[in-house]
Amino acid sequence: MRPSDSLSRDDLLLIWRHMWRMRAAETRLTQLSRDGVLRGSLHLAEGQEALPAATGLVIRQVDKLTVTYRGHGYVLSKGCDLVGVFGEILGRVGGFGNGKGGKMHLTDLENGLLGANGIVGAGVPIAAGGGLAAKVTGDGSIAMTVFGDGALNQGCVHEACNIAALWKLPLILLCENNLYAEMTSLARSSAVTDLTQRMTAYGIPALRIDGNDALAVYDALWNAADDARSGKGPTFIEAMTYRTCGHYQADAETYRTRKEVEQWRKKSPLIRFEKTLLDRKVERSSIDDVRRQAEDEINSAIDQALKLPSPSVESLRSNVFA
Amino acid sequence: MPATLTYREAIRQCLVEEMDRDDNVFLMGEDIGRYQGTFRVTQGLFDKYGPRRVIDTPIVEPAIVGLANGAAMAGLRPVIEMMTMSFSILALDQVINHAAKIHYMTNGQAKCPLVVRGPGGAANQLSAQHSHSVEGWYAHVPGLKVVAPATPEDAYGMLRTAIRDDNPVIFTENPGLYGIKGEIPDDNEFAVPFGKARIAREGSDLTLVGYSRMTHVCLKAAELLAEQGISAEVVDVRSLLPLDTETIFGSVAKTHRAVVVYEDWKSGGFGAEIAARIGENCFDDLDAPVGRVGGLNVPMPYARVLELECIPNEQDVLDAVKKLG
Repeated sequence: MRPSDSLSRDDLLLIWRHMWRMRAAETRLTQLSRDGVLRGSLHLAEGQEALPAATGLVIRQVDKLTVTYRGHGYVLSKGCDLVGVFGEILGRVGGFGNGKGGKMHLTDLENGLLGANGIVGAGVPIAAGGGLAAKVTGDGSIAMTVFGDGALNQGCVHEACNIAALWKLPLILLCENNLYAEMTSLARSSAVTDLTQRMTAYGIPALRIDGNDALAVYDALWNAADDARSGKGPTFIEAMTYRTCGHYQADAETYRTRKEVEQWRKKSPLIRFEKTLLDRKVERSSIDDVRRQAEDEINSAIDQALKLPSPSVESLRSNVFA
Repeated sequence: MPATLTYREAIRQCLVEEMDRDDNVFLMGEDIGRYQGTFRVTQGLFDKYGPRRVIDTPIVEPAIVGLANGAAMAGLRPVIEMMTMSFSILALDQVINHAAKIHYMTNGQAKCPLVVRGPGGAANQLSAQHSHSVEGWYAHVPGLKVVAPATPEDAYGMLRTAIRDDNPVIFTENPGLYGIKGEIPDDNEFAVPFGKARIAREGSDLTLVGYSRMTHVCLKAAELLAEQGISAEVVDVRSLLPLDTETIFGSVAKTHRAVVVYEDWKSGGFGAEIAARIGENCFDDLDAPVGRVGGLNVPMPYARVLELECIPNEQDVLDAVKKLG
């Protein structure tokens, strides 16, 4: 029996809701970027929705989380305030950082979000520190960090893995292997492309899963969280997935073929999970309703965030120091 | 009763008092626990507090600071030891990109109360990779606080301020200071505020500005100058960021001459910033250009005779004073 076998109809629809909240956000943000309302780099994760969606059902508010600059899906599924999220993405007062942090630095300590990060791999030791705090205080929380395949070439990731294993930190290491580190393929970045092998050196249990199958993701995360909560230490999950959009809004995508992208689009986690819902006898009307509600909720939050003011120049020097 | 303690004992005493006061304070570093620290600052603390609060880490500076950042954001108050501050260069990403910026990037929502402490500057033939004065690099970064106490009393009182501060603090201890003795007050709430320089010696003819071990070099130079009938005032900066320019400028307004003394490489070291600030703000008070005595701009050599040439001493200060005319 797999943990996902006992998911209720409401749980399944919650996964579906997380997926569509993320997709709706990306669709709207892409439009805002094209319209010139949203400036700067926009890093989206179209095609990777199963991972944040399943995470939302496993990671609790008290659990600590770090994600990448592509991690807004996790920020949404962690239950962070929508206006705080979109306000910050738009650089407005009322965003998590009142416009000082921006898209790559979404942080919400009240909800255990220790931060998205603009430095590849840097969130891994920070999340391990969240796990260390849980261990020192014994508060029963766990930590999770999400990073890409490219991050496994950063030294700090390996340093943190060694320490997490050594100290049995309650930590989930979720690697989103989308086959490309920015614009460079995994095969051109790493001699060993089975990333679980990297973990054998640290004695960290590692598994490779289909990252586009939300239930497989849920099972892996549930087991990893259970191990973390019961003192068994970290787990590494290599979730195979694919980013069907560019690395950022201006990506020329010269490093892969359209055919390759189209093949992966057919394996979209949204298409797959819709089928799962139908297989599990969730009625079509509920599937459509939840999707529509998710889209409406996100669009209305973005509408609200668009009405927020830009920060005043007077705020420029505040909060450099606590 | 005030006690006479060495600089290292003063730091240790403050660590003990703060760990007793606040369960959230914990120590982490390389060989600080079972081995009790390479400079013996953490002697006895592992036995007293156990492995949960005195944590020996692998040799991995970037991850130590990374974990400390996460733990600090999760509500703890990590005090981490760098075996030497030179090694903190490995951890610059976590210090500068994360600890220093998170408060600003979240408009004050997140705090990162972290102390990074350890020996900074030359010891005795530790050579090029172990003798860095890195405080100037850190003092360049908005969001960090950087202090360099010169006496046991200041080490004791400023470490308390550092631990209770909600910002990341770089606390640099010159290895040449660990053995010096001084009185510390019998007061486990004694705290020396940051951003307050100290007049270490009063004088009227010129101002010597130093921090950390160079404060003592300035004091020795002042004694030698007194024999020549020159009255030198010595300002111990103590806190680089925030910097107490008021005390420095006030002294220059009184003496009309200034020499800034620092162990870091002369070119671009923090003394250059102090000298520039004096030049920028005290032009009308100055009777001579601001003098600077800094470390020689070479990697720290190993042989003692070469090493001593690189580190400013009282004769270098006297020579610089002479040049002021």
